Amino acid sequence: MNILILLIQCLVLTLGVTTGFAYLTLFERRVLARLQNRVGPNRAGPAGVLQPVADAVKLFFKEDIIPSAADRWVYLIAPALAMIPAIIIWAVIPVGCWNIGGDYRACFDPALSGELNNVLQVADMNVAVLYLLAVTSVGVYGITLAGWASNNKYSMIGSIRSSAQLISYELALGLAVLGAVMIAGTLSMQEIVASQSGMWAMIPQFLGLVVFMVSATAEVVRAPFDLVEAEQELTGGYNTEYGSMKFALFFMAEYIKLIAVSAIAVTLFLGGWRFPGLETLGGIVAESSGPGMAAFVVGIVSLLSFLGKVAFFLFLAVWIRASWPRIRYDMLMDLGWKRLLPLGLVNVIMTAFVVVLIPNRWIHSILLFVLGIAILYATARYGQTVRPRSSIEFAPREPLPSTAVEQQSP
Amino acid sequence: MLADYLPILVLFVIALGIAAFVILLSSQLGPRKFTARKLAPYESGMEPIGPAQRRFGVKFYVVAMLFIVFDIEVIFLFPYALVFREMGLYGLSVMGFFLILLIVGFVYEWKKGALRWE
Repeated sequence: MNILILLIQCLVLTLGVTTGFAYLTLFERRVLARLQNRVGPNRAGPAGVLQPVADAVKLFFKEDIIPSAADRWVYLIAPALAMIPAIIIWAVIPVGCWNIGGDYRACFDPALSGELNNVLQVADMNVAVLYLLAVTSVGVYGITLAGWASNNKYSMIGSIRSSAQLISYELALGLAVLGAVMIAGTLSMQEIVASQSGMWAMIPQFLGLVVFMVSATAEVVRAPFDLVEAEQELTGGYNTEYGSMKFALFFMAEYIKLIAVSAIAVTLFLGGWRFPGLETLGGIVAESSGPGMAAFVVGIVSLLSFLGKVAFFLFLAVWIRASWPRIRYDMLMDLGWKRLLPLGLVNVIMTAFVVVLIPNRWIHSILLFVLGIAILYATARYGQTVRPRSSIEFAPREPLPSTAVEQQSP
Repeated sequence: MLADYLPILVLFVIALGIAAFVILLSSQLGPRKFTARKLAPYESGMEPIGPAQRRFGVKFYVVAMLFIVFDIEVIFLFPYALVFREMGLYGLSVMGFFLILLIVGFVYEWKKGALRWE
Protein backbone atom coordinates (compact mmCIF):
# COMPACT_ATOMS: atom_id res chain seq x y z
CA MET A 1 0.00 0.00 0.00
CA ASN A 2 2.73 2.38 1.02
CA ILE A 3 4.79 1.39 -2.00
CA LEU A 4 1.81 2.08 -4.23
CA ILE A 5 1.33 5.55 -2.77
CA LEU A 6 5.06 6.17 -3.16
CA LEU A 7 5.01 5.16 -6.82
CA ILE A 8 2.01 7.38 -7.51
CA GLN A 9 3.71 10.28 -5.70
CA CYS A 10 6.91 9.86 -7.71
CA LEU A 11 5.12 9.55 -11.04
CA VAL A 12 2.85 12.53 -10.39
CA LEU A 13 5.81 14.58 -9.21
CA THR A 14 7.89 13.73 -12.31
CA LEU A 15 4.95 14.40 -14.58
CA GLY A 16 4.20 17.68 -12.82
CA VAL A 17 7.79 18.83 -12.97
CA THR A 18 8.24 18.00 -16.66
CA THR A 19 4.91 19.62 -17.56
CA GLY A 20 5.95 22.60 -15.48
CA PHE A 21 9.15 22.77 -17.51
CA ALA A 22 7.25 22.61 -20.82
CA TYR A 23 4.92 25.42 -19.86
CA LEU A 24 7.69 27.46 -18.27
CA THR A 25 9.34 27.65 -21.70
CA LEU A 26 6.06 28.91 -23.18
CA PHE A 27 5.53 31.30 -20.24
CA GLU A 28 9.04 32.66 -20.66
CA ARG A 29 8.69 33.17 -24.40
CA ARG A 30 5.31 34.86 -24.05
CA VAL A 31 6.32 37.13 -21.17
CA LEU A 32 9.66 37.97 -22.76
CA ALA A 33 7.85 38.82 -25.99
CA ARG A 34 5.46 41.15 -24.14
CA LEU A 35 8.35 42.84 -22.35
CA GLN A 36 10.04 43.41 -25.73
CA ASN A 37 6.86 44.66 -27.38
CA ARG A 38 6.37 41.50 -29.47
CA VAL A 39 3.56 38.94 -29.51
CA GLY A 40 5.45 35.68 -29.03
CA PRO A 41 4.39 32.17 -30.08
CA ASN A 42 0.59 32.17 -30.38
CA ARG A 43 -0.17 29.95 -33.39
CA ALA A 44 -0.16 26.40 -31.98
CA GLY A 45 -3.53 26.07 -30.28
CA PRO A 46 -5.40 28.88 -28.47
CA ALA A 47 -2.88 31.44 -27.23
CA GLY A 48 -0.07 29.06 -28.16
CA VAL A 49 -0.79 26.47 -25.44
CA LEU A 50 0.24 23.60 -27.74
CA GLN A 51 3.60 25.18 -28.56
CA PRO A 52 5.60 22.98 -26.08
CA VAL A 53 4.03 19.86 -27.62
CA ALA A 54 4.96 21.03 -31.11
CA ASP A 55 8.51 21.74 -29.93
CA ALA A 56 8.85 18.28 -28.39
CA VAL A 57 7.59 16.55 -31.54
CA LYS A 58 9.96 18.59 -33.67
CA LEU A 59 12.93 17.74 -31.46
CA PHE A 60 12.11 14.02 -31.50
CA PHE A 61 12.23 13.96 -35.30
CA LYS A 62 15.55 15.76 -35.62
CA GLU A 63 18.59 13.90 -36.87
CA ASP A 64 20.42 12.41 -33.91
CA ILE A 65 24.15 12.74 -34.53
CA ILE A 66 27.15 11.71 -32.50
CA PRO A 67 30.17 13.72 -33.68
CA SER A 68 33.00 11.52 -34.89
CA ALA A 69 35.52 13.26 -32.61
CA ALA A 70 33.34 12.86 -29.51
CA ASP A 71 33.90 10.40 -26.70
CA ARG A 72 30.87 8.29 -27.55
CA TRP A 73 29.73 7.01 -24.14
CA VAL A 74 30.46 10.10 -22.09
CA TYR A 75 28.75 12.13 -24.80
CA LEU A 76 25.62 9.99 -24.45
CA ILE A 77 25.60 9.87 -20.65
CA ALA A 78 26.21 13.58 -20.00
CA PRO A 79 22.64 14.79 -20.78
CA ALA A 80 21.19 12.18 -18.45
CA LEU A 81 23.70 13.20 -15.76
CA ALA A 82 22.52 16.79 -16.08
CA MET A 83 18.81 15.94 -16.04
CA ILE A 84 18.58 13.34 -13.26
CA PRO A 85 19.77 15.61 -10.39
CA ALA A 86 17.33 18.30 -11.54
CA ILE A 87 14.45 15.87 -11.00
CA ILE A 88 15.57 14.15 -7.82
CA ILE A 89 16.05 17.50 -6.05
CA TRP A 90 12.27 17.58 -5.90
CA ALA A 91 12.02 14.56 -3.60
CA VAL A 92 12.48 16.58 -0.42
CA ILE A 93 10.51 19.72 -1.24
CA PRO A 94 7.09 19.89 0.45
CA VAL A 95 4.86 21.36 -2.23
CA GLY A 96 1.87 21.46 0.10
CA CYS A 97 0.42 19.71 3.12
CA TRP A 98 -2.31 17.13 2.60
CA ASN A 99 -2.34 14.91 5.68
CA ILE A 100 -4.07 11.97 4.01
CA GLY A 101 -6.33 9.96 6.29
CA GLY A 102 -5.59 12.25 9.23
CA ASP A 103 -6.26 15.57 10.87
CA TYR A 104 -5.41 18.78 9.01
CA ARG A 105 -4.10 20.24 12.27
CA ALA A 106 -1.02 18.00 12.11
CA CYS A 107 0.24 20.32 9.35
CA PHE A 108 0.28 23.26 11.70
CA ASP A 109 0.91 21.87 15.18
CA PRO A 110 4.46 20.52 15.70
CA ALA A 111 3.17 18.49 18.67
CA LEU A 112 1.05 16.41 16.27
CA SER A 113 3.86 15.90 13.73
CA GLY A 114 4.00 12.20 14.67
CA GLU A 115 0.69 11.58 12.87
CA LEU A 116 1.64 13.67 9.86
CA ASN A 117 1.44 11.70 6.62
CA ASN A 118 1.94 14.40 4.05
CA VAL A 119 1.44 13.04 0.54
CA LEU A 120 2.57 16.31 -1.03
CA GLN A 121 6.18 15.62 -0.05
CA VAL A 122 7.88 12.52 -1.39
CA ALA A 123 10.64 12.09 1.20
CA ASP A 124 10.69 13.88 4.56
CA MET A 125 14.26 13.14 5.57
CA ASN A 126 16.04 14.71 8.50
CA VAL A 127 19.04 15.93 6.45
CA ALA A 128 17.04 17.40 3.56
CA VAL A 129 19.04 20.63 3.33
CA LEU A 130 22.36 18.80 3.01
CA TYR A 131 20.72 16.59 0.38
CA LEU A 132 19.69 19.68 -1.58
CA LEU A 133 23.21 21.10 -1.53
CA ALA A 134 24.70 17.74 -2.50
CA VAL A 135 22.35 17.14 -5.41
CA THR A 136 22.71 20.64 -6.84
CA SER A 137 26.48 20.08 -6.89
CA VAL A 138 26.16 16.85 -8.87
CA GLY A 139 24.58 18.79 -11.74
CA VAL A 140 28.01 20.29 -12.52
CA TYR A 141 29.25 16.90 -13.74
CA GLY A 142 26.76 16.72 -16.59
CA ILE A 143 27.82 20.11 -17.93
CA THR A 144 31.56 19.54 -17.48
CA LEU A 145 31.49 16.09 -19.07
CA ALA A 146 29.30 17.31 -21.94
CA GLY A 147 31.85 19.97 -22.81
CA TRP A 148 34.78 17.61 -22.48
CA ALA A 149 33.24 14.73 -24.40
CA SER A 150 32.12 16.87 -27.35
CA ASN A 151 35.74 17.52 -28.32
CA ASN A 152 34.85 20.95 -29.60
CA LYS A 153 36.55 24.17 -28.57
CA TYR A 154 33.34 26.10 -27.97
CA SER A 155 31.94 23.29 -25.81
CA MET A 156 35.18 22.94 -23.89
CA ILE A 157 35.49 26.65 -23.09
CA GLY A 158 31.81 26.83 -22.20
CA SER A 159 32.02 23.92 -19.83
CA ILE A 160 35.18 25.15 -18.09
CA ARG A 161 33.60 28.55 -17.62
CA SER A 162 30.43 27.00 -16.31
CA SER A 163 32.09 24.68 -13.81
CA ALA A 164 34.13 27.57 -12.40
CA GLN A 165 30.98 29.69 -12.19
CA LEU A 166 28.90 26.96 -10.56
CA ILE A 167 31.43 26.10 -7.86
CA SER A 168 32.07 29.79 -7.11
CA TYR A 169 28.43 30.58 -6.52
CA GLU A 170 27.76 27.37 -4.65
CA LEU A 171 29.65 28.82 -1.67
CA ALA A 172 27.43 31.87 -1.40
CA LEU A 173 24.39 29.66 -1.96
CA GLY A 174 25.45 27.35 0.88
CA LEU A 175 26.01 30.29 3.24
CA ALA A 176 22.60 31.79 2.41
CA VAL A 177 20.95 28.43 3.08
CA LEU A 178 22.91 28.23 6.33
CA GLY A 179 21.31 31.49 7.50
CA ALA A 180 17.84 30.06 6.95
CA VAL A 181 18.83 26.86 8.76
CA MET A 182 20.04 28.91 11.75
CA ILE A 183 16.67 30.64 12.04
CA ALA A 184 14.75 27.37 11.68
CA GLY A 185 17.12 25.28 13.81
CA THR A 186 16.54 22.12 11.75
CA LEU A 187 17.55 20.48 8.48
CA SER A 188 14.17 18.87 7.74
CA MET A 189 12.12 20.72 5.13
CA GLN A 190 8.81 19.98 6.87
CA GLU A 191 10.13 21.42 10.13
CA ILE A 192 11.64 24.43 8.35
CA VAL A 193 8.19 25.23 6.98
CA ALA A 194 6.65 24.63 10.42
CA SER A 195 9.17 26.96 12.07
CA GLN A 196 7.96 29.83 9.88
CA SER A 197 4.50 30.00 11.44
CA GLY A 198 3.66 33.60 12.29
CA MET A 199 6.65 35.01 10.46
CA TRP A 200 8.33 33.99 7.22
CA ALA A 201 12.10 33.60 7.41
CA MET A 202 12.55 36.38 4.85
CA ILE A 203 12.16 38.93 7.67
CA PRO A 204 15.17 37.86 9.77
CA GLN A 205 16.99 36.55 6.70
CA PHE A 206 16.39 39.34 4.23
CA LEU A 207 20.10 39.56 3.46
CA GLY A 208 20.19 35.78 3.15
CA LEU A 209 17.28 35.84 0.69
CA VAL A 210 18.99 38.39 -1.52
CA VAL A 211 22.28 36.44 -1.49
CA PHE A 212 20.34 33.26 -2.21
CA MET A 213 18.45 34.82 -5.11
CA VAL A 214 21.56 36.20 -6.81
CA SER A 215 23.66 33.08 -6.36
CA ALA A 216 20.77 30.79 -7.32
CA THR A 217 20.35 32.76 -10.56
CA ALA A 218 24.02 32.17 -11.26
CA GLU A 219 23.76 28.54 -10.18
CA VAL A 220 21.11 27.81 -12.80
CA VAL A 221 23.04 29.90 -15.38
CA ARG A 222 20.21 32.30 -16.08
CA ALA A 223 20.64 35.80 -17.47
CA PRO A 224 22.52 37.95 -16.52
CA PHE A 225 24.90 35.14 -15.54
CA ASP A 226 24.48 33.02 -18.68
CA LEU A 227 28.07 33.37 -19.85
CA VAL A 228 28.18 29.64 -20.34
CA GLU A 229 26.02 29.93 -23.42
CA ALA A 230 27.00 33.38 -24.63
CA GLU A 231 25.92 32.97 -28.25
CA GLN A 232 28.10 35.76 -29.56
CA GLU A 233 31.30 34.20 -28.24
CA LEU A 234 30.64 30.51 -27.79
CA THR A 235 27.89 29.60 -30.29
CA GLY A 236 25.99 27.52 -27.74
CA GLY A 237 28.47 26.80 -24.97
CA TYR A 238 28.75 23.29 -23.59
CA ASN A 239 25.82 21.97 -25.66
CA THR A 240 27.07 23.19 -29.07
CA GLU A 241 27.52 19.62 -30.37
CA TYR A 242 24.23 18.35 -29.01
CA GLY A 243 21.12 18.10 -31.09
CA SER A 244 17.70 16.51 -31.04
CA MET A 245 16.39 15.31 -27.66
CA LYS A 246 19.87 15.20 -26.14
CA PHE A 247 19.91 18.98 -26.41
CA ALA A 248 16.39 19.06 -25.02
CA LEU A 249 17.56 17.15 -21.94
CA PHE A 250 20.08 19.90 -21.11
CA PHE A 251 17.42 22.49 -21.71
CA MET A 252 15.07 20.55 -19.47
CA ALA A 253 17.67 20.25 -16.72
CA GLU A 254 18.24 23.98 -16.76
CA TYR A 255 14.57 24.93 -16.54
CA ILE A 256 13.66 22.26 -13.99
CA LYS A 257 16.55 23.51 -11.86
CA LEU A 258 15.22 27.05 -12.20
CA ILE A 259 11.82 25.90 -10.89
CA ALA A 260 13.58 23.88 -8.18
CA VAL A 261 15.66 26.79 -6.83
CA SER A 262 12.54 28.96 -6.83
CA ALA A 263 10.79 26.24 -4.83
CA ILE A 264 13.74 26.03 -2.42
CA ALA A 265 13.72 29.81 -1.99
CA VAL A 266 10.00 29.66 -1.24
CA THR A 267 10.44 26.82 1.25
CA LEU A 268 13.40 28.33 3.08
CA PHE A 269 12.46 32.00 3.08
CA LEU A 270 8.81 32.51 2.11
CA GLY A 271 7.11 30.03 4.41
CA GLY A 272 6.74 27.22 1.88
CA TRP A 273 3.09 26.25 1.43
CA ARG A 274 2.00 28.42 4.39
CA PHE A 275 -0.55 31.11 3.81
CA PRO A 276 -2.21 33.41 6.35
CA GLY A 277 -5.66 32.11 7.34
CA LEU A 278 -5.08 28.56 6.07
CA GLU A 279 -5.56 27.04 9.50
CA THR A 280 -8.80 28.97 10.04
CA LEU A 281 -10.02 27.77 6.65
CA GLY A 282 -9.28 24.18 7.68
CA GLY A 283 -11.30 24.69 10.88
CA ILE A 284 -14.30 26.04 8.97
CA VAL A 285 -14.28 23.15 6.48
CA ALA A 286 -13.78 20.58 9.25
CA GLU A 287 -16.90 21.85 11.03
CA SER A 288 -19.11 21.75 7.96
CA SER A 289 -17.82 18.69 6.03
CA GLY A 290 -15.67 16.57 8.31
CA PRO A 291 -11.92 16.07 8.87
CA GLY A 292 -11.16 14.19 5.61
CA MET A 293 -12.54 17.05 3.53
CA ALA A 294 -10.67 19.59 5.68
CA ALA A 295 -7.34 17.81 5.11
CA PHE A 296 -8.08 17.73 1.37
CA VAL A 297 -9.02 21.42 1.16
CA VAL A 298 -5.98 22.44 3.20
CA GLY A 299 -3.88 20.29 0.85
CA ILE A 300 -5.23 21.93 -2.29
CA VAL A 301 -5.05 25.47 -0.96
CA SER A 302 -1.53 24.96 0.40
CA LEU A 303 -0.45 23.55 -2.97
CA LEU A 304 -1.93 26.57 -4.75
CA SER A 305 -0.26 28.96 -2.34
CA PHE A 306 3.09 27.21 -2.92
CA LEU A 307 2.68 27.32 -6.70
CA GLY A 308 1.70 30.98 -6.55
CA LYS A 309 4.86 31.90 -4.68
CA VAL A 310 6.99 29.84 -7.08
CA ALA A 311 5.30 31.53 -10.05
CA PHE A 312 6.28 34.89 -8.58
CA PHE A 313 9.95 33.87 -8.55
CA LEU A 314 9.70 32.47 -12.08
CA PHE A 315 8.22 35.72 -13.34
CA LEU A 316 11.05 37.55 -11.59
CA ALA A 317 13.60 35.36 -13.42
CA VAL A 318 12.03 36.16 -16.81
CA TRP A 319 11.80 39.84 -15.94
CA ILE A 320 15.48 39.92 -14.96
CA ARG A 321 16.39 38.23 -18.23
CA ALA A 322 14.53 40.87 -20.18
CA SER A 323 16.05 43.75 -18.24
CA TRP A 324 19.73 43.04 -17.68
CA PRO A 325 22.60 42.61 -20.13
CA ARG A 326 24.99 39.72 -19.63
CA ILE A 327 27.88 40.58 -17.31
CA ARG A 328 31.57 40.13 -18.07
CA TYR A 329 33.47 37.10 -16.76
CA ASP A 330 35.78 39.02 -14.43
CA MET A 331 32.76 40.84 -13.00
CA LEU A 332 31.04 37.50 -12.50
CA MET A 333 33.94 36.11 -10.49
CA ASP A 334 34.29 39.37 -8.55
CA LEU A 335 30.61 39.33 -7.64
CA GLY A 336 30.73 35.72 -6.48
CA TRP A 337 33.96 35.78 -4.50
CA LYS A 338 34.33 39.38 -3.34
CA ARG A 339 30.71 40.39 -2.73
CA LEU A 340 28.36 37.46 -2.24
CA LEU A 341 30.74 35.24 -0.27
CA PRO A 342 31.62 37.97 2.28
CA LEU A 343 27.95 39.00 2.44
CA GLY A 344 26.97 35.41 3.16
CA LEU A 345 29.61 35.15 5.89
CA VAL A 346 28.53 38.46 7.42
CA ASN A 347 24.94 37.24 7.38
CA VAL A 348 25.82 34.04 9.23
CA ILE A 349 27.97 35.80 11.83
CA MET A 350 25.39 38.55 12.33
CA THR A 351 22.58 36.01 12.73
CA ALA A 352 24.56 34.00 15.27
CA PHE A 353 25.38 37.06 17.39
CA VAL A 354 21.96 38.69 17.30
CA VAL A 355 20.00 35.49 17.97
CA VAL A 356 22.24 34.44 20.86
CA LEU A 357 22.28 37.87 22.48
CA ILE A 358 18.56 38.66 21.99
CA PRO A 359 16.49 35.49 22.47
CA ASN A 360 13.14 37.20 21.81
CA ARG A 361 12.04 36.06 18.34
CA TRP A 362 10.31 39.25 17.24
CA ILE A 363 12.94 41.68 18.42
CA HIS A 364 15.89 39.83 16.90
CA SER A 365 14.02 39.26 13.64
CA ILE A 366 13.25 42.95 13.17
CA LEU A 367 16.80 43.90 14.18
CA LEU A 368 18.23 41.42 11.66
CA PHE A 369 15.91 42.77 8.96
CA VAL A 370 17.07 46.35 9.55
CA LEU A 371 20.73 45.33 9.72
CA GLY A 372 20.37 43.29 6.52
CA ILE A 373 18.93 46.23 4.61
CA ALA A 374 21.64 48.53 5.95
CA ILE A 375 24.39 46.12 4.85
CA LEU A 376 22.82 45.69 1.42
CA TYR A 377 22.58 49.46 1.00
CA ALA A 378 26.21 49.92 2.05
CA THR A 379 27.34 47.22 -0.39
CA ALA A 380 25.38 48.71 -3.24
CA ARG A 381 26.59 52.21 -2.42
CA TYR A 382 30.29 51.61 -1.73
CA GLY A 383 31.03 48.18 -3.14
CA GLN A 384 30.50 48.55 -6.88
CA THR A 385 32.08 45.71 -8.82
CA VAL A 386 31.46 47.36 -12.16
CA ARG A 387 34.67 48.90 -13.44
CA PRO A 388 35.20 50.44 -16.83
CA ARG A 389 37.18 48.15 -19.10
CA SER A 390 40.10 50.61 -19.37
CA SER A 391 40.85 50.38 -15.64
CA ILE A 392 41.72 46.69 -15.86
CA GLU A 393 45.47 46.16 -16.05
CA PHE A 394 46.41 43.60 -18.64
CA ALA A 395 49.56 41.57 -18.17
CA PRO A 396 51.97 41.95 -21.11
CA ARG A 397 51.28 39.21 -23.62
CA GLU A 398 53.88 36.61 -24.55
CA PRO A 399 53.74 35.76 -28.26
CA LEU A 400 51.87 32.48 -28.74
CA PRO A 401 53.88 29.44 -29.86
CA SER A 402 53.12 28.62 -33.46
CA THR A 403 51.80 25.09 -32.85
CA ALA A 404 48.47 26.05 -34.36
CA VAL A 405 49.85 26.21 -37.88
CA GLU A 406 51.77 22.93 -37.65
CA GLN A 407 48.79 20.93 -36.49
CA GLN A 408 46.53 22.10 -39.26
CA SER A 409 44.97 19.16 -41.02
CA PRO A 410 45.62 18.88 -44.77
CA MET B 1 16.31 4.70 8.54
CA LEU B 2 17.39 3.56 5.09
CA ALA B 3 13.71 3.36 4.15
CA ASP B 4 13.68 7.18 4.23
CA TYR B 5 15.86 7.12 1.14
CA LEU B 6 13.71 4.68 -0.84
CA PRO B 7 11.67 7.50 -2.45
CA ILE B 8 14.87 9.00 -3.80
CA LEU B 9 15.85 5.68 -5.34
CA VAL B 10 12.41 5.40 -6.96
CA LEU B 11 12.59 8.94 -8.28
CA PHE B 12 16.14 8.28 -9.54
CA VAL B 13 14.98 5.21 -11.45
CA ILE B 14 12.09 7.15 -12.99
CA ALA B 15 14.37 10.01 -14.03
CA LEU B 16 16.91 7.58 -15.47
CA GLY B 17 14.10 5.83 -17.34
CA ILE B 18 12.90 9.09 -18.86
CA ALA B 19 16.41 10.07 -19.93
CA ALA B 20 17.16 6.67 -21.47
CA PHE B 21 13.76 6.49 -23.18
CA VAL B 22 14.08 9.96 -24.66
CA ILE B 23 17.62 9.39 -25.95
CA LEU B 24 16.75 6.00 -27.46
CA LEU B 25 13.49 7.17 -29.01
CA SER B 26 15.01 10.22 -30.66
CA SER B 27 17.86 8.11 -32.07
CA GLN B 28 15.27 5.85 -33.73
CA LEU B 29 12.85 8.50 -35.01
CA GLY B 30 15.07 11.00 -36.77
CA PRO B 31 16.54 10.74 -40.27
CA ARG B 32 20.02 9.20 -40.46
CA LYS B 33 22.10 10.43 -43.32
CA PHE B 34 25.54 10.83 -41.81
CA THR B 35 28.43 12.25 -43.76
CA ALA B 36 31.99 12.88 -42.59
CA ARG B 37 31.45 16.66 -42.83
CA LYS B 38 28.28 16.51 -40.78
CA LEU B 39 29.97 14.57 -37.99
CA ALA B 40 33.04 16.81 -37.82
CA PRO B 41 33.37 19.06 -34.75
CA TYR B 42 31.70 22.42 -35.33
CA GLU B 43 34.15 25.26 -35.65
CA SER B 44 32.23 27.98 -37.46
CA GLY B 45 32.49 26.09 -40.74
CA MET B 46 36.30 25.85 -40.68
CA GLU B 47 38.39 22.71 -40.60
CA PRO B 48 39.05 22.15 -36.86
CA ILE B 49 42.51 23.40 -35.91
CA GLY B 50 44.28 21.22 -33.37
CA PRO B 51 42.70 19.22 -30.55
CA ALA B 52 39.90 20.74 -28.51
CA GLN B 53 41.00 19.32 -25.17
CA ARG B 54 43.91 21.69 -24.81
CA ARG B 55 45.48 23.68 -22.00
CA PHE B 56 43.34 26.28 -20.25
CA GLY B 57 43.95 29.08 -17.79
CA VAL B 58 45.55 28.15 -14.47
CA LYS B 59 43.07 30.52 -12.75
CA PHE B 60 40.43 27.83 -13.01
CA TYR B 61 42.55 25.49 -10.86
CA VAL B 62 42.96 28.23 -8.24
CA VAL B 63 39.19 28.70 -8.16
CA ALA B 64 38.71 24.96 -7.70
CA MET B 65 41.18 24.81 -4.81
CA LEU B 66 39.69 27.81 -3.03
CA PHE B 67 36.26 26.27 -3.54
CA ILE B 68 37.23 23.10 -1.70
CA VAL B 69 38.48 25.03 1.34
CA PHE B 70 35.36 27.17 1.59
CA ASP B 71 32.91 24.43 0.79
CA ILE B 72 34.25 22.32 3.63
CA GLU B 73 33.96 25.38 5.85
CA VAL B 74 30.31 25.85 4.91
CA ILE B 75 29.52 22.19 5.54
CA PHE B 76 31.36 22.40 8.87
CA LEU B 77 29.13 25.31 9.89
CA PHE B 78 25.92 23.30 9.42
CA PRO B 79 26.13 21.30 12.67
CA TYR B 80 26.84 24.53 14.52
CA ALA B 81 23.80 26.18 12.93
CA LEU B 82 21.60 23.51 14.49
CA VAL B 83 22.83 23.91 18.06
CA PHE B 84 24.05 27.51 18.29
CA ARG B 85 21.10 28.60 20.45
CA GLU B 86 21.93 26.07 23.16
CA MET B 87 25.68 26.68 22.94
CA GLY B 88 25.25 30.40 23.60
CA LEU B 89 28.30 32.57 24.17
CA TYR B 90 30.68 29.61 24.39
CA GLY B 91 29.66 28.48 20.91
CA LEU B 92 29.97 32.04 19.60
CA SER B 93 33.55 32.38 20.84
CA VAL B 94 34.66 28.96 19.58
CA MET B 95 33.10 29.34 16.15
CA GLY B 96 34.23 32.96 16.06
CA PHE B 97 37.82 31.78 16.45
CA PHE B 98 37.36 29.23 13.67
CA LEU B 99 35.84 31.85 11.38
CA ILE B 100 38.55 34.41 12.17
CA LEU B 101 41.20 31.92 10.98
CA LEU B 102 39.30 31.46 7.74
CA ILE B 103 38.62 35.14 7.25
CA VAL B 104 42.32 35.94 7.73
CA GLY B 105 43.10 33.39 5.04
CA PHE B 106 40.41 34.85 2.79
CA VAL B 107 41.69 38.41 3.21
CA TYR B 108 45.23 37.17 2.52
CA GLU B 109 44.29 35.50 -0.74
CA TRP B 110 42.21 38.52 -1.75
CA LYS B 111 45.11 40.92 -1.13
CA LYS B 112 47.53 38.48 -2.79
CA GLY B 113 45.43 38.70 -5.94
CA ALA B 114 44.27 35.09 -6.07
CA LEU B 115 40.74 36.31 -6.70
CA ARG B 116 41.72 38.79 -9.39
CA TRP B 117 40.45 37.83 -12.80
CA GLU B 118 41.78 39.62 -15.82
